[in-house]
Amino acid sequence: MSGFSFNRFLAVLHKETLEMRRDKATIGLTVMLPLIQLFLFGYALNANPRHLPTGVLTGEESRYSRDLEAALRNTGYFDLRRFASEAEADTALARGDVLFVLNIPAGFTRDVDNGRKPAILMDADATDPTAIAQASAAVNALNATVLQRDLPVPLQNQTGGAPFQIIVHSRYNPEAITAINVVPGLIGVIVSFSTLVITALTMTREREAGTMENLLSMPVRPLEVMFGKILPYVGLGYVQVFLILAVSVAVFGVPVHGSIPLLLAVLGLFIACNLALGFTFSTIARTQMQAQQLAQFALLPSMMLSGFIYPFAGMPLWARAIGEVLPLTHIIRIARGILLKGNGFAEIAGDVWPMAVFAVAATGVAVWSYRETLD
Amino acid sequence: MTRYAIDVHGLAKRFGDRQVVSGLDLRVPEGEICGFLGGNGSGKTTTIRMLCGLLTPDAGGGTCLGLDVIKQSAEIRLQVGYMTQRFSFYGELTVKENLDFVARLYQLPNRGKVVADMLERMGLADRAEQFARNLSGGWKQRMALAACVLHRPKLLLLDEPTAGVDAKARREFWDLINDMAAEGMTVLVSTHYMDEAERCKRIVYLSGGRLIVQGTAEDVVRDAALVVFDLTGEGIDKVSKRLRGAPGIESATIFGRALRVVGLDRDAMRASLATIATEPGIVTEEVPARLDDVFIHLLQEPTA
Ligand SMILES: Nc1ncnc2c1ncn2[C@@H]1O[C@H](COP(=O)(O)OP(=O)(O)OP(=O)(O)O)[C@@H](O)[C@H]1O
Ligand SMILES: [Mg+2]
Repeated sequence: MSGFSFNRFLAVLHKETLEMRRDKATIGLTVMLPLIQLFLFGYALNANPRHLPTGVLTGEESRYSRDLEAALRNTGYFDLRRFASEAEADTALARGDVLFVLNIPAGFTRDVDNGRKPAILMDADATDPTAIAQASAAVNALNATVLQRDLPVPLQNQTGGAPFQIIVHSRYNPEAITAINVVPGLIGVIVSFSTLVITALTMTREREAGTMENLLSMPVRPLEVMFGKILPYVGLGYVQVFLILAVSVAVFGVPVHGSIPLLLAVLGLFIACNLALGFTFSTIARTQMQAQQLAQFALLPSMMLSGFIYPFAGMPLWARAIGEVLPLTHIIRIARGILLKGNGFAEIAGDVWPMAVFAVAATGVAVWSYRETLD
Repeated sequence: MTRYAIDVHGLAKRFGDRQVVSGLDLRVPEGEICGFLGGNGSGKTTTIRMLCGLLTPDAGGGTCLGLDVIKQSAEIRLQVGYMTQRFSFYGELTVKENLDFVARLYQLPNRGKVVADMLERMGLADRAEQFARNLSGGWKQRMALAACVLHRPKLLLLDEPTAGVDAKARREFWDLINDMAAEGMTVLVSTHYMDEAERCKRIVYLSGGRLIVQGTAEDVVRDAALVVFDLTGEGIDKVSKRLRGAPGIESATIFGRALRVVGLDRDAMRASLATIATEPGIVTEEVPARLDDVFIHLLQEPTA
């Protein structure tokens, strides 16, 4: 019997495609799941929370300070309460009782009137950056007009910019990852969820249905089976990618600064990593249940250590070392880089080769663990 | 010199601490139909799997179609048709698609025609577009047989091909098997049916993973040297219970109107019958043993 036969590979591919097409439940799931996950995660993360508890410290009681407070309330984002001392406000911020503390300094009125453009410091609890992102943006839009009505006449129509500034100072999480940062990561997470689990089931399904015995008794080689079985799911993976990208851009306003074809090409490599890993699980596991558990066993650390949930830079060294091996880590960086920063191949190459190595290694293990006998 | 399609010796296989097959020697001449018999769990399926390279024997070896069962199992697969005991085709594919898949894996030239001809020959043409999962048991078996002879194998390994198949379909099945043997295929077929065993040129009987009897049906019956009495008349149902366990009597089973009494020691049996089967209406007659008597006898014997 010869080595790899393209015709036998096509035979397996055709058979697998027919089975996949007729498995309406799986098709439905692979289309619906990403959408549901995207909306769930996306909205939960991209939520635009209002009425955030906000503390106010004022060094003076003036018309300007009242104007400012009223304006903040009117944005709808802030529920204000007064604090008597800085210590009190700090404690509240640390405990999460308030998400912002606005500090109006003494002499604010005097400085504005003298045209000194005083700064107002607004401390923000950035541990949940998505929660404060919109509110912070609203603050920045305020300052030009708030005091207009009450300003002394010579300052009213001045073109030199706002009469004061609000500086939002992010505390606890200065990186301030935003919602837009999360959706590109979701592409990787969702794709690996479905592709890994589905392929993990392919061989075990044959084994449980008894078709494995028949397949093995025919002249077909491991690579032919593997590629033939995997390729239809690559197609399915791409369908998911398109869905996610379309929804991300249309609904969540994720910007596309870089090249979509480049992203799609790299996602192909990422899908290959997952499928090869899934196929390995599939050959190791005796039952579909075991295969599913193996897949979950791989997915959880991926989610945790890839920088999807926790900022990568904030993790201990050992966790980062594991994270660097995971394809998800790299695809998240790549997707963020391409979509948000407009990175080209030169910038992402450092994240492409680890995935390539992973794909080749996983394929090797998959082929090696494929048994041509029932032993 | 006879050429053997199967020629293996000393085959052994254990699963965990269970010795499932041990010291199995088997020779099947080319072109023969060989019946493979044995109780449940006696190791038939395991042996067949070793013959086509799906299981690696722990010990022993030999050839199938002149190819080494251990080193050349890939080549053996090309020339062997194996019909699994459990239906093992794709339920979500139609009958035709399943056969087409098999034909492609064997890279058969002129695939469309080969598949169409086979569907016709097996009477499956009307069901070609039906999903395999929707076939009834008998039709599933027929499809499986069609699939495993598609590539015209030289050796056919059939593992209980007629289990759960009705009498008429069974007969048709065997006609097909005979036709194929006539075309030169060697067939090893496992079965639990006596009438099927009788249709085989040679039968092999497995017990506890060991081959304990082999030969033609007549040889097997003769070698067993069983003594069989048929009792007919009023009161045989009462007698049967009393006969069981009596000296010399191995089994006493009612078949319709007759009580069949089987043993090895004619004198002891006669003595037992004379003292136990005393009802006046009962007629006792010694009859020739049949194959099924032999197998029930073998099944009762403690494993060697
Ligand atoms: N993969 C396996 N792992 C463990 N035990 C096995 C395995 N395959 C078979 N066995 C055991 O080996 C014994 C022989 O099984 P086998 O299937 O060969 O019997 P068989 O003669 O085909 O029986 P049947 O007439 O019921 O089909 C059984 O006791 C079975 O439980
Ligand atoms: Mg069996």
